[in-house]
Amino acid sequence: MHDTTIALIQLGAVFFGLGLLGRLAWRFGISPIPLYLVGGLAFGSGGLVPLHGISEFTHLASEIGVVLLLLLLGLEYSASELTTGLRKSWMAGLLDIVLNAAPGAVVALLLGWGPVGALAMAGVTYISSSGIVAKVLGDLGRLGNRETPVVLSVLVFEDLAMAVYLPVLTAVLAGVSFLGGLTSVGISLLAITVVLVVALKYGRVISAVVDSPDHEVFLLKLLGSALLVAGIASELQVSAAVGAFLLGIAISGSTAENATRLLEPLRDLFAAIFFVVFGLNTDPRTIPPVLLMAVLLAVITTATKVATGWWAARRQGIGKMGRARAGAALVARGEFSIVIAGLAVASGHVSEQLAALATAYVLLMAIIGPIAARYVEPVGEFFVRRRAAVR
Amino acid sequence: MNVEVTPLPGIGVRQDFSIRSGRRIGVISYRDGKFELILSKQDDPDATAASIPLAPEEAGTLAGLLGAPQLVTQLAKQHRDITGITTRQLPVTAFASRTLGDTALRTRTGASIVAVLRAGDAHPSPGPDFLFENGDLAVVVGTAEGLDAAADILTGG
Repeated sequence: MHDTTIALIQLGAVFFGLGLLGRLAWRFGISPIPLYLVGGLAFGSGGLVPLHGISEFTHLASEIGVVLLLLLLGLEYSASELTTGLRKSWMAGLLDIVLNAAPGAVVALLLGWGPVGALAMAGVTYISSSGIVAKVLGDLGRLGNRETPVVLSVLVFEDLAMAVYLPVLTAVLAGVSFLGGLTSVGISLLAITVVLVVALKYGRVISAVVDSPDHEVFLLKLLGSALLVAGIASELQVSAAVGAFLLGIAISGSTAENATRLLEPLRDLFAAIFFVVFGLNTDPRTIPPVLLMAVLLAVITTATKVATGWWAARRQGIGKMGRARAGAALVARGEFSIVIAGLAVASGHVSEQLAALATAYVLLMAIIGPIAARYVEPVGEFFVRRRAAVR
Repeated sequence: MNVEVTPLPGIGVRQDFSIRSGRRIGVISYRDGKFELILSKQDDPDATAASIPLAPEEAGTLAGLLGAPQLVTQLAKQHRDITGITTRQLPVTAFASRTLGDTALRTRTGASIVAVLRAGDAHPSPGPDFLFENGDLAVVVGTAEGLDAAADILTGG
């Protein structure tokens, strides 16, 4: 058979398989991300059925997947939402960082992965999956709840924290000298400040450059500018992901909304490939040794996210049940934890085991998160009733 | 009415208020133009008992159903103001155990009492020998000046 024929068949089989997995996942009310990862693990090196013919395509596609994931993360909130979010929720946001980054960092240090590994793992356990959280809140009809703005403002803060964290991580991962590292951190922080200021003041200009009433033209300009910015950022050692994310923040208003609607299917497609490729590159045999650690991390960081949500909701005068709901809603980790682990592993400066631990961890958290959000109410009511019965 | 406006970053805006029973009722306006009618639970005002997605035309119809009667009342009121005749409810405090005729309201102010409300019951078209009691409310029709004068008389003139 011709090479292209084999590639097409393999690619078709992969997409079709992912479609079936996704359908299965939503039927059980969980995110399909863990199943994509499992699918990747099954087909990768050391897995059940190795795939070879399409590695070049999937490699590039997974890179595009990361760019689109972060472009849409940037598009999600307007610059003014980000700045009000920062003013209103910085205390909850800081507590979120301290409580949820620490477990990852400590585990990485305990496993002897050094400060670079600790920084990467801190990000993996810190960032909630805004995609899963928003989907779960919508599915459970909780958007009208009083604690929901609290949950969303924590997500907005995490979004901002990513804008600072990602460039710093990329700089540290580049493994340059201390001084060189400082310069590149400085450059990236400067870039973020400039982008935020420009987006606040001249967001319309940037939006006007990419905007077009014609869907086809709009899509091409949008995708083109995203890949251009990502490529240039990558050349400047700021990582393609960061460039795309900053572009997303800079595009604002109705342009951002239209862009989100237009790019969502593309993002889902390429991000699915990204998760599969991440799974492909992780040897399933490396997972069992880190499984216990992943379970431990999952238990601890579930508790710390619930505590974050509880505290943030209490500050807004929300009742006990609402506080528990806010906490449970934030538990899910997903796409961005994998993006961070992917950046870390690709640099080659961290242990290969990090990929295994991150995979196992996200597998657990992407499943625990929606389940926790769904069942926190009945469980909470049970405790309330039992306490009433004791009295 | 105190309507609370809460931005929902990445989603839209929630606008709601507390009704007399203590529940919250309101609307989520999504960025893409969809609406959702929300109603909070009785026992947990933080939680929503129902959130009902509405298409723009459905939301418009519902708004019409709820808003139309009020609009009619408002228009009728304006109409009454234009013709110079108003209806007002006035407390009667100065004529306990005296008759309606004793007030000589029509002669003195041009306004007339069309009904008297007593303990939730309405006594329409009271005659000149109608006996007032403490706590009565008189429904008076007249010009604005006439009504002001009538109010003075009924409460102590």
